[in-house]
Amino acid sequence: MTTTTQTKTQSLLAPILGMAVIGLTVLLAVGHAQSATLHDAAHDMRHATGFPCH
Amino acid sequence: MTGALIAGIAAGLLAAVLHFAFVQSYILLGEQYETGELVHFQTPADHATEDHAAADQHDHGSHEHGDEPSVLQRNALTVGFTVLLYVAYGMLLTAGFAIASQFGRKITATEGALWGLAGFVAFQMAPGMGLAPELPGSAAADLTARQIWWWSTVVATGGGLALLAYGRSILTVVAGIVLLALPHVIGAPLLDAYYGYAPTEVGAIFSSRVLGVGLAVWVVLGWLAGRQWDRGAAA
Repeated sequence: MTTTTQTKTQSLLAPILGMAVIGLTVLLAVGHAQSATLHDAAHDMRHATGFPCH
Repeated sequence: MTGALIAGIAAGLLAAVLHFAFVQSYILLGEQYETGELVHFQTPADHATEDHAAADQHDHGSHEHGDEPSVLQRNALTVGFTVLLYVAYGMLLTAGFAIASQFGRKITATEGALWGLAGFVAFQMAPGMGLAPELPGSAAADLTARQIWWWSTVVATGGGLALLAYGRSILTVVAGIVLLALPHVIGAPLLDAYYGYAPTEVGAIFSSRVLGVGLAVWVVLGWLAGRQWDRGAAA
């Protein structure tokens, strides 16, 4: 029983971690990355959602 | 994962609609001050023209110049990046649901809406109390310093709210309150002097609208993500 629970917990850890990492990466790219192209493209959204922009 | 995508896309599209209904005209108006096309403190006659600038921009895009990217392209990018942003927020929320479920919490649509509210406070309200949503044409401190404070505030506020919501002892309540207060006690990077070009009235309504739209979209995002999670968990 204990073994089953541990396996379930471990198998869920990877998708949770994966989703959090992808979410954070996208958040960094669209909200904070300072590449000129990204900044210009995301400009209005950044201003309108409270990110520090330029 | 699919639930987070569906909730994020739907909330992102709602955000885009609200953005163009309430926010975009003020970004364009702010930019007219930023570029010097409009100047704060003009004669009353000039001010009368300013009053209508936002509406004109919104309705016709009449002040766009030929050498800038087309309005359509610019707005399409805004829609795309807004959807991406809320998909990212939806994924972070859903990862949070998964962690809470590991601790035996049942996430429903209603609980999701509360998480959405907390997400709004952590990602927009609390950072906005130090760094108000920036209107183009306003001045702000060093970008890197602001970004560091923004992230620190998001993490501290998110952690503080989680401790308050799920903590079971007086110690976690105290720790939660300390975490919530800490970024504001330390204080956001501010300017020694203010030299923004845009009128404070425009900045004020812009900030209010950004926060209002953010609140609405975050609650919808949380509700949708919670509903998707509940359905997936039940299946």
